[in-house]
Amino acid sequence: MALRVGCAAPPGKALENKTGTWRVFKPVFDPETCNRCGICAQFCPEGCIRETDEGIFEPDLDYCKGCGICEEVCPKESIRMEKEEK
Amino acid sequence: MTGLPEGCDLFTPGHRACGGCGPALAARLLLKATGENVIVVNSTGCMEVFSTPYPETAWGVPWIHSLFENAAAVASGIEAALKKQGRSEKVVCICGDGATFDIGMLCISGAFERGHDITYICYDNEAYMNTGIQRSGATPYAASTTTSPAGACSPGNVRQKKDMPGILAAHGAPYVATASIAYPADFEKKVRRAINTPGPCYIQVHTPCCTGWGFESGETINMAKLAIETGLWVNYEMVNGVVEKAKKVKRKPVEEYLSRQKRFQHLFKPSHRDDLIAEIQKIADANAERFGIDIRSKEPIE
Amino acid sequence: MLEIMEGSHAVAEIVKRCRPQVIAAYPITPQTHIVEALAQMVADCELDADYITVESEFSALSACLGASAAGSRVYSATTSQGLALMFEVCFNVAGLRQPVVMTIANRSLGAPLSIWNDQQDSISLRDSGWLQLYAEDNQEAVDLHMIAYRVCEDHDVLLPAFVCFDGYVLTHTYEPVSIPTQEEVDAYLPAFNPYQRLDANNPLSFGMYATPDYYMEFRYEIDQAQHRAKEVFAKAGREFAEQFERDYSAPVEGYRLEDADTAILAMGSICGTVKDAIDEMRDAGKKVGLLKIRMFRPFPADEIADALKGVSTVAVLDRNISLGSGGAVGTEVKAALSGSGTAVYDYIVALGGRDIRKKDIAGIVDLAEEGRGDMFYGLRTEVL
Repeated sequence: MALRVGCAAPPGKALENKTGTWRVFKPVFDPETCNRCGICAQFCPEGCIRETDEGIFEPDLDYCKGCGICEEVCPKESIRMEKEEK
Repeated sequence: MTGLPEGCDLFTPGHRACGGCGPALAARLLLKATGENVIVVNSTGCMEVFSTPYPETAWGVPWIHSLFENAAAVASGIEAALKKQGRSEKVVCICGDGATFDIGMLCISGAFERGHDITYICYDNEAYMNTGIQRSGATPYAASTTTSPAGACSPGNVRQKKDMPGILAAHGAPYVATASIAYPADFEKKVRRAINTPGPCYIQVHTPCCTGWGFESGETINMAKLAIETGLWVNYEMVNGVVEKAKKVKRKPVEEYLSRQKRFQHLFKPSHRDDLIAEIQKIADANAERFGIDIRSKEPIE
Repeated sequence: MLEIMEGSHAVAEIVKRCRPQVIAAYPITPQTHIVEALAQMVADCELDADYITVESEFSALSACLGASAAGSRVYSATTSQGLALMFEVCFNVAGLRQPVVMTIANRSLGAPLSIWNDQQDSISLRDSGWLQLYAEDNQEAVDLHMIAYRVCEDHDVLLPAFVCFDGYVLTHTYEPVSIPTQEEVDAYLPAFNPYQRLDANNPLSFGMYATPDYYMEFRYEIDQAQHRAKEVFAKAGREFAEQFERDYSAPVEGYRLEDADTAILAMGSICGTVKDAIDEMRDAGKKVGLLKIRMFRPFPADEIADALKGVSTVAVLDRNISLGSGGAVGTEVKAALSGSGTAVYDYIVALGGRDIRKKDIAGIVDLAEEGRGDMFYGLRTEVL
């Protein structure tokens, strides 16, 4: 890959860096108790919690670092952090 | 235009911020508020480093990093160029508290005095975190940092935070606001107001840093909320130098905020430093008095 | 048509005709009349530019960087302490590959404080990635600005340039100059066509940080662009000569060098005095010539070696000092001529506004021919 003049790059390149490998705990979402408020997605520093076509929320484990903010902010306590088996 | 996948935020995943990073959330919320028609100037610091190791940029909008201290001057030039070219992009700086309160002060003062149509956002995590948690002009009283360590004859940082919003309001900034990542909609609303207000506007957004402050990564939002609830951080807006709106709270004692952070642990161990905690409580009381944030009986919550 | 005007005003006139969209300059530490004249032109609607009255030189160049990255042609001018304050930004502008053109009214650096002329300021930034061009007189200063924009903005170069002319000696001196008309400048210098710019329609991240996996390659590419600039400069100079009948296409220029045994090397306005001294020495039968260095960055080592073939002794006049080493130009000329058998001697002269006269030049030639050099010349030993 030729270097881009001025140490410049187009958008989207960070997506190649899958930060999910950093994770020790992973968030497990319970669709049964989720009230679909979306607060978890709003507060995620990665921006990797998405609303599915069914209207529930789920993390993109390619990028989720397992910080646990979603668990803390969920008003329904439907997210729990679980030690990840690798 | 961005070439990003459908549904992807303009500030994309894959950045290298610590898990639970407050500034990373601020960057994401910022771009949600501005949309695509913006040019971002980022000072050297955590955000710049975690979001742009070549070639892996996390920014879906035009973005430039020059130096630690010159974002406001670079933004001045961008704004002038856009004006001459008849372009519509908004110019937004996003810089840490060190770049803002300390080393970049000259450039910011110049840009605000000249009245450029820019929005300057300081993500305030209250110390130089990228380089190892050194004290800045935004570090609160009694916080222990690597250059203001608590010790046998030191309470930690001996000064209160500089009143940066007041300083910039005194420059004649038409809109100055403080915000917190604990209240994303409020922050986004303030960003939209700032970029749509002609002239230089300033927003200081509180972005707790789990690594630098010493708390679990999941607690970032809780910590930001506690800062507000204790009165140690006040969310307010200043329009033409006059405080118009401040978020009211039923205040909690400052101890609830301090005791949960490692940077204040010397206030509790080995001995309970009632004297220092009382000093910090006075700061919160003064904030409450100055901004009128206390909810008293029969008063509606704003 | 020749007009008599002050050097600073002549430069302001040509800068106006180069149509910068954004000018950012700080008026002091110390400054010339260039930016004041440009401010008046903007105030009088003669120049359609945004003039940013920054609070420091540091911000002046930072604002130019931003405006250039946003796709506007930019201009600034500075000197001495002001340039020193820009140090950090200078490296950044070159690294971000922005074609900023800046006039340097060469003056000394403190301490002690001196507002007078030498070339310590720009020479001290020789490693920053900026092209460095030095004018002998005000006409050359005027013309080099047009050429500098052409070269810097060339997509094979994309680097910034200092156009250097001596403070006071040229900036404040009235000389006859020919200022090309707007139509002539437009014919020579096309509108700015940025290689890439900050643009919401085509977002890019500029100035990312480079890990050890990339940093060296980025520095290598800047160095390569510097070397390419030599050829681009030659072409731009030849086209300038065709249009204006003044030829600056060579990075070095000889004066009575053919058959010379001894050559003086110099940069800037001092070359005028040297030429007069050479004429007198030639009349007295001495085979002496001058090699004037017009382009110091990129450094024309091959051209210098070529031009000095057959010369047995070289005296380099350095109006700067790399303290603890020697003159910066002399050091590089010695490297360029190493192995050639030519003896090169360096003389630190005319620092901080000290006059240098024809008899001093003759004295330096005598010293060089005696094999004595690498010294300060013209020290007032009575005050030491």
